[in-house]
Amino acid sequence: MKGKHVTIIGGGPAGMQAASQLSELGIEVLLIEKDNKLGGKLNQWDRLFPDQTPSMTLLKELQNAIEKSKVTIRLNTEVQKISNLTHGFDILLNAEETQHSDAVLLTTGFELFDARLKEEYGYGTYPNVITSSDLEKLFREGQPLTTAEGRTPSKIAFLHCVGSRDEKVGQFHCSRVCCITGVKQAIEVKQALPECEVYNFYMDMRMFGAGYEELYREAQEKWGITFIRGRISEAALNQENRIQIKAEDTLAGRPVRLSVDLLVLLVGMTASPCNKALAATSGAELRSNGFFNPVDPFNHSVESAIPGLYFAGTCTAPRNIGETLMEAGSAALKIHKFLLQND
Amino acid sequence: MDTPRTIHRNWKEYQKEIADDHFYYARSCIRQNFFPGSETAYLNILRNDLSLDVYDDPKHTTCTGIGYHTDIVPLETTMTVIARQFALMTEAGYENFLPSCVTSFGLYVEILDMWEHFPELEEKARENLYKATKREFNKPKNLVHTSDLIFHYREKIAENAKYSFVDVKTGQPLKGVEHIGCHYAKIFPSKGIGGSEFPYVLAGMIESWGGTVVDYPERRHCCGFGFRNYLVMANRGYSVANSKKKFESMAPYKPNFIVGNCPGCAMFLDRWQYTIGEMEHKTYGPNGRGIPVLTYEEMTGLVLGYSPWDLGLQMHQVPVEPLLDKMGIPYNAEEKYLGINGKNLGKPQLPQNCVL
Ligand SMILES: Cc1cc2nc3c(=O)[nH]c(=O)nc-3n(C[C@H](O)[C@H](O)[C@H](O)COP(=O)(O)OP(=O)(O)OC[C@H]3O[C@@H](n4cnc5c(N)ncnc54)[C@H](O)[C@@H]3O)c2cc1C
Ligand code: SF4
Repeated sequence: MKGKHVTIIGGGPAGMQAASQLSELGIEVLLIEKDNKLGGKLNQWDRLFPDQTPSMTLLKELQNAIEKSKVTIRLNTEVQKISNLTHGFDILLNAEETQHSDAVLLTTGFELFDARLKEEYGYGTYPNVITSSDLEKLFREGQPLTTAEGRTPSKIAFLHCVGSRDEKVGQFHCSRVCCITGVKQAIEVKQALPECEVYNFYMDMRMFGAGYEELYREAQEKWGITFIRGRISEAALNQENRIQIKAEDTLAGRPVRLSVDLLVLLVGMTASPCNKALAATSGAELRSNGFFNPVDPFNHSVESAIPGLYFAGTCTAPRNIGETLMEAGSAALKIHKFLLQND
Repeated sequence: MDTPRTIHRNWKEYQKEIADDHFYYARSCIRQNFFPGSETAYLNILRNDLSLDVYDDPKHTTCTGIGYHTDIVPLETTMTVIARQFALMTEAGYENFLPSCVTSFGLYVEILDMWEHFPELEEKARENLYKATKREFNKPKNLVHTSDLIFHYREKIAENAKYSFVDVKTGQPLKGVEHIGCHYAKIFPSKGIGGSEFPYVLAGMIESWGGTVVDYPERRHCCGFGFRNYLVMANRGYSVANSKKKFESMAPYKPNFIVGNCPGCAMFLDRWQYTIGEMEHKTYGPNGRGIPVLTYEEMTGLVLGYSPWDLGLQMHQVPVEPLLDKMGIPYNAEEKYLGINGKNLGKPQLPQNCVL
């Protein structure tokens, strides 16, 4: 397929996977990433659920495929404008440069919910309230799991659904991956600190993927992690500088009060802030939560209503990496077909 | 995103506009009853110490807040009453509305917000008011709770302070527990200084006047008033239980005093200490005593050198003398129960099961 050009916006797992696959199909690809390296969130995670594969192993695999391909990579560039032309698209790279392409694939991914917005949990106020992403960083950097004061924690609580399924912060959707992340991280805490008591406060346990339910069971049976159905209403500091949390155990129907050394907030996925500008300039449709809205959730889940404009990965909805990579492959095939038809 | 382990002073993100002068004052029904002296002191402080123009209008009424929150007064009536308050403000030539009660403040904010989102409700309130009274109104340009104004002028008050929250014997700052009241910022966090999670309106006063603020786990918990919790007699156990939860949580920090934003909160944090003392022989201050409770007007009055008995501190359940002694404020114990013109008010009975 000579002379056909595709621009992919967002160099996370979705963008990387689609880029190498389109290139293999003989299409010229430009992969644009706003960060100074490819990989998206894979750069932030340590070991991946469900099987604790190191995030770097997967990233290397994706990188190898890119290196073997003829994909052009452009880092440190944030795309904010796509002009939809009669024949193809113009992608504004900066004040002087524009890239013309026959098709565009949006893989802008997601943003982590800013936990400071749930003020009642004290993130940014109490140093021993951290997010799941902070915990991944701690593990990735091989730092010992301690409190901000350097104490070895004896009790840790995880709180599910922070910034998800929450009308108050305008995030109605379930972020899907945080439940299993909570189970995975709870186990990792027990692996690092067998003596530490671990509690997970959840609304529902959404164990949708292969092996997830099994891991949840293992967390309870093998690792002795306590799962309490109830949302934490408030976190505050007590006199020993520990985090006092209040919740209601909705299964037992009684209030729970617990002092913990660390509170980990399982932050959800929110739409990438650039989606708005990209949608406004390209004509792509957004859902009310700011994620892109594909034509339908079945056979056209990677297509926009604009011919030649495609989506893959978490820019349309929360997904795990497996689903993201599959979507990227599917988008690559759809784009290939589109270019053939318009040859 | 910020690194997780940095501390923010998040209260600074919640600032609100507070006009400098010219206020229409709306009294609180319960403050005048629970803490006689507080509102007079407040007006004196504003007029005499801060030289502000405040209009105290005999024509205004209740805001209906307590009736509204107990489902006795319907919303339409509440809106019409509030419309009338605004009409009185407009007629008096004022644009800044200054309610002296957290319940009222929350209700005014709520109604203004409703009118913004449902203009037809505002129209209806205007129509109802006009039919009933032939009055019309402008909405206030600035709506602040009375404590917001003291907060606004806290540094000026500090400059003129006669006493501060410093232990005169040890030179150490005194420890204050503050309670802003649920309706001050939990309904509309952006309307309260510090929002609902980083309460700063009273904390700012305490800090500017030499004290430190106790950050205890149940700081944001309801005082226990809870309207129906108290007003329905069968529910009063809930009310005491909530206050008790707070006392148990604050006591280990050994606070020297509690200050309330809402007259209801100050009332329950004061009176329930006596109730718990009688029920369980339990008190939360040193030497088997309670923790003195102040309204913020009383707190400001003390700092500015007003006589404790003119402020009405003899009407409190928990004696405030331990705090006065620590601050070095002189008082005449003999005059404690003398009212205006030296009339003897009579001494209250002593509790049976606790010292207080
Ligand atoms: C705490 C947490 C832990 C997780 N752990 C796992 C796990 O263990 N296993 C698993 O399967 N899944 C996990 N996930 C989910 C996983 O992170 C996502 O499935 C995956 O990152 C989605 O990839 P993506 O390419 O769609 O998006 P992203 O990874 O978000 O990548 C998007 C990329 O696009 C770039 N970009 C965005 N906008 C622009 C623009 N305008 N111009 C240029 N570049 C742009 C971004 O910088 C980013 O590099 C986890 C999620 C969370 C929140
Ligand atoms: S996956 Fe679990 S934690 Fe995440 S939003 Fe859904 S229910 Fe909440």
